[in-house]
Amino acid sequence: MRLFEYFLGNRPRTADAAKDRLKLIVVRDRAATGEGPDFLPMLQKDLIEVVRRYVDIDDDKVQVDVDRKDNLSMLEVNIELPGRFGPNS
Amino acid sequence: MAKIITVTSGKGGVGKTTSAASLGAGLAKAGKKTVVIDFDVGLRNLDLVMGCERRVVFDFVNVIQDDIRVQQALIKDKRLDNLFILPASQTRDKDALDRDGVGRVLDELKQDFDYIVCDSPAGIEKGALMALYFADEAIVVANPEVSSVRDSDRIIGILNSRSKRAEEGREPVKQHLLLTRYDPDRVEQGDMLKTDDVLEILAIPLLGVIPQDKIVLTASNVGTPVVLEDSSIAGQAYQDAVQRLLGHDVPMRFIEPRKTNWFSRLLRRSA
Repeated sequence: MRLFEYFLGNRPRTADAAKDRLKLIVVRDRAATGEGPDFLPMLQKDLIEVVRRYVDIDDDKVQVDVDRKDNLSMLEVNIELPGRFGPNS
Repeated sequence: MAKIITVTSGKGGVGKTTSAASLGAGLAKAGKKTVVIDFDVGLRNLDLVMGCERRVVFDFVNVIQDDIRVQQALIKDKRLDNLFILPASQTRDKDALDRDGVGRVLDELKQDFDYIVCDSPAGIEKGALMALYFADEAIVVANPEVSSVRDSDRIIGILNSRSKRAEEGREPVKQHLLLTRYDPDRVEQGDMLKTDDVLEILAIPLLGVIPQDKIVLTASNVGTPVVLEDSSIAGQAYQDAVQRLLGHDVPMRFIEPRKTNWFSRLLRRSA
């Protein structure tokens, strides 16, 4: 039977199910525990990339933080640009 | 000043002790003075995996509680001059390791060694928290399997929030993923999570992928760290991981299925 499936190419790829289930449960675990590998470093990396498309900045000029209070969280993003931009410059 | 590296996983049986023994032996072989500490009080096994179980006189708990000097408890490896083992206690209660005592011993060892490798017990209880508390770096050992990956994610969260570095607001514990028991054939068949899947979920840098290899069992039977089995693929994969830990850029090996002819591949697939 397995041999059959091999030739027909319709064997279920269980690894995909594993990955999908893990993605969901990990997010739930993280929310439940309040711990978790923060997405902040990744967000920071992405932000740096986006800003770099327009302005040349160093890696450490983008700071990302989450401020947790009681039952709300605030995302704090600080991007320092080189020199001065804007109408007065 | 020594670097403290904790080998941890959350889930048991994924290869923590095997990996701690191999990374420790590999670092020593690379010329770094290294001590591997067993934090699994009550269930010590590092001594057995490293082949020095008959030379244990004093242990970690003796050093913390009984006025035994740490040098008296260290066991020098017979194969590598740079390698030492600090065994866990087998009989005492789990609370025997207190934070002050562990910190004191680590501070003393820091003077003498380049690397201190801490072999964590499984779980997220006191012993595991103690093993990761003082870490500068952590190696998260995981198998490409749902429960192991989930538990790894938990332990990464704990590293980010419960380590000394996190408490003091210093630079976070540098984390590495070590994927063990990787079977490239099953990955290709779509029945095992591939490296990229695990990386996507856990989002920490990859230190190495150790392929499934019969040598892991046979090496433990005789008390040899796998990394010293030069001709085995798992041994070579551990050697590569050690090089990466030392900052060298080494390509991943043994993550593709071994080349075979179509007939044996067919046999394997339908097995």
